[in-house]
Amino acid sequence: MIQSVELKNITKRFPGVLANDHINLRVNAGEIVALLGENGAGKSTLMKILYGMYRPDEGEICINDQAVTISSPNDALRQGIGMIHQHFQLVPGFTVVENVALGLKSSRGPLTDLDVVSRRMLELAKQYGLQVDPSAYVWQLAVGQQQRVEIIKALYRNASLLILDEPTAVLTPNEVDEFFNILRRLRENGHALIFISHKLQEVMAISDRVTVLRGGRVVGEVATRDTTKQELAQMMVGRQVITRWEKQAAQETEPILRVQNLTVLGDKNLPAVKNLSLHVCPGEILGIAGVSGNGQRELAEAIAGLRRATTGSITSEGREIANHSPAHIIHSNIAFIPEERMLMGVVREFSVAQNAILETHDQLPYSRYTFFNFSAVNQTAARLVNDFEVKTPSLETPIKVLSGGNIQKLILARELERAPRFLLAAQPTRGVDIGATEYIHRRLIEQRARGTAILLISEDLEEVIALSDRVAVMYEGEIVGVLPPTTPVEELGLYMAGAKRA
Amino acid sequence: MILQLLAPAVLIGIATSGILLATPYLYAALGEMFGQISGVLNLGVEGIMLVAAFAAYYVVYSSGNLIAGLAVAIVVGALMGLLMAFISITLKAEQGISGIGVYLFGLGLSDLLFRVTIGTPTPVNGFPSLQIPFLSDLPVLGPVLFSQNILVYGAFLFVPFSWFALNKTTIGLKIRAVGQTPEAADSLGISVAGVRYLTVTFGGAMAGIAGASLSIALLNIFQQNLTSGLGFIAVALVYFGGWRPLRIMLGALLFSMVSALQLWIQTLGLGLPSDIAGMLPYVLTIIALIFAARQIVTQPTALTKPFERGE
Ligand SMILES: Nc1ncnc2c1ncn2[C@@H]1O[C@H](COP(=O)(O)OP(=O)(O)O)[C@@H](O)[C@H]1O
Ligand SMILES: [Mg+2]
Repeated sequence: MIQSVELKNITKRFPGVLANDHINLRVNAGEIVALLGENGAGKSTLMKILYGMYRPDEGEICINDQAVTISSPNDALRQGIGMIHQHFQLVPGFTVVENVALGLKSSRGPLTDLDVVSRRMLELAKQYGLQVDPSAYVWQLAVGQQQRVEIIKALYRNASLLILDEPTAVLTPNEVDEFFNILRRLRENGHALIFISHKLQEVMAISDRVTVLRGGRVVGEVATRDTTKQELAQMMVGRQVITRWEKQAAQETEPILRVQNLTVLGDKNLPAVKNLSLHVCPGEILGIAGVSGNGQRELAEAIAGLRRATTGSITSEGREIANHSPAHIIHSNIAFIPEERMLMGVVREFSVAQNAILETHDQLPYSRYTFFNFSAVNQTAARLVNDFEVKTPSLETPIKVLSGGNIQKLILARELERAPRFLLAAQPTRGVDIGATEYIHRRLIEQRARGTAILLISEDLEEVIALSDRVAVMYEGEIVGVLPPTTPVEELGLYMAGAKRA
Repeated sequence: MILQLLAPAVLIGIATSGILLATPYLYAALGEMFGQISGVLNLGVEGIMLVAAFAAYYVVYSSGNLIAGLAVAIVVGALMGLLMAFISITLKAEQGISGIGVYLFGLGLSDLLFRVTIGTPTPVNGFPSLQIPFLSDLPVLGPVLFSQNILVYGAFLFVPFSWFALNKTTIGLKIRAVGQTPEAADSLGISVAGVRYLTVTFGGAMAGIAGASLSIALLNIFQQNLTSGLGFIAVALVYFGGWRPLRIMLGALLFSMVSALQLWIQTLGLGLPSDIAGMLPYVLTIIALIFAARQIVTQPTALTKPFERGE
């Protein structure tokens, strides 16, 4: 059983980056330590060192005040260290129970004992309120459910130190509350927990102590009860940040986007969006709140032309766009910030400049008679990068090496460059740090002021509340209520959980 | 004249030799399948088969001991599999290219050794056919299914064995995980390289048996390029079968039956130019692969991708 784990003077260099610079961190049994920092601060690197995935260049790890070497995840697991990664470590083609059983000793020797694992897994799931179907395939699960599988995996392996790398990014407020209850239960049982986040509210709510990282260095270490959100934000970003936005009241006018009686099938060929209707007016942000996997993704894909609408209509400025090609929709003054930015928002291997003109590359001034006009391309790309504060080494850099926040800024720049009448923003700040989030929010508010109709789909309820003029809550493919953003969070939570509908 | 092909004796003949000819495909393709499911494409199967075929032949030629010949083929195959594993897993070489290298190496080495040691193709006594009591007396089915040599039975038993190993054992779970999401397997303490070494070496050993089945069970002879493309077809069969043992077996049977049919067309002198008849199996592979490519299967998404931590 782990009494304490201590990281001493850990330093880790990557080519050109000092990811961890002499970091000290201690966590004791029965304690939750939050590791707070923006994207790229070095949190994941530090935790991967603790989990044996990277070797530190300097420094040592002590468990129960004894120096240990952890040179592989296997070592870490044996020492009782479990990790839930930011990017889920699940095999999509496996069932839930196969994922849990993977790498475990079987009670039947060389043969798998999936039924045994399944039974114990369900016990754990019940004990901690982590409902998930053991025989479902992981690729069919929503992100929130996949996370539950990850948690079960770690619990199943009797980890006494749990490292949670941004675990709440995909959860709803109610789910976060439940999740925190699990963490508290673990803490009471003498587990040690390291909770990584860049959400201040959560850090304040759950942790006992906070260590703040910035640029690979520890910039602050405080007991949670002795600090405030403002102080933490300032430590983390190094300056003041805005989270409340002033905006003019929106006017009810002729809507730009109208969705009527829309039904869309999900991956399992069951209706994921059911007879849904909504509208968005110019100069208005309609926020869609909801637990992940309640049809938001399918709704967004149907509007963007990436998924067939079985019934119903989608009109933009009066023209039908349902089941039109994505290219047609893009060229109808509609902009789309997709949920999966690396998959659908950019071409990973392409340069920043190429990605900046992805949708208009075959039009003047970027190309003529199929030949590129590179100076026009670079000129626009340079302007977008500059205007939107995209941090990139150069325009030729492959986009995949940029941080999530910077990639998202470039996507936003590209989409807004087309001066859209309607903007569909799906999870625009998922996995994006506070600084970039603040920036993206400001741009969305500005675009709203210019009269663009914006449909914001987000699992981050705070974001929806901060930006929206109206909040529509989606539950099991339906809109169960359209509420003002001033509605108390607890009440919105009830709608999101399906316990209440208008 | 087509009717001549439908005569019962001819049909039984085609079925019998089809099943016989499926043997090397089954060993090679199912062995290769394990490697591919774990994420390694071994294009060197043909070369491994050649060297193992020679090794088995040489042992049987000089000692007459069939079991020793088979054992040596397995060891030689495993060693060459290990070589391929080292090149593609440890050295992280481009798998398509290194496999061709292993093939060329095997082709040259087997021919060289043959010339130095024996020189002229001389028949040996291979594995005799094994009549299964009672069952071999059945009409039609008896001679087709139950009067083959032991390596043929082994090849078909290898089909359910492979399915079982992949789907019902812990190592099978690891193999599939490593080929789909090596990072996930790695994070659970599974050695990605270890699993891949195991499957590629095992695949090599199976390619060794495939080679031996040609030189000491089916043809009972060795000559330059004895396998003549069989190992490559085995690799194609893995794709064709969508990495599933039963479908790979169906593919192997289809292919070997067409090969047998083609031989009969030539034997019966049906007036089809022999070159055209000889092309049949290959044309068929291409067509089959085109159709197989359209189906959705759970393919090993990390196939041919070397694993590097933290990417
Ligand atoms: N495998 C790697 N190779 C090179 N650089 C890396 C690697 N992993 C992380 N980095 C860099 O190290 C820094 C810290 O990254 P990370 O630990 O992921 O930050 P965080 O988890 O706090 O967002 C970043 O600048 C990142 O680009
Ligand atoms: Mg991180």
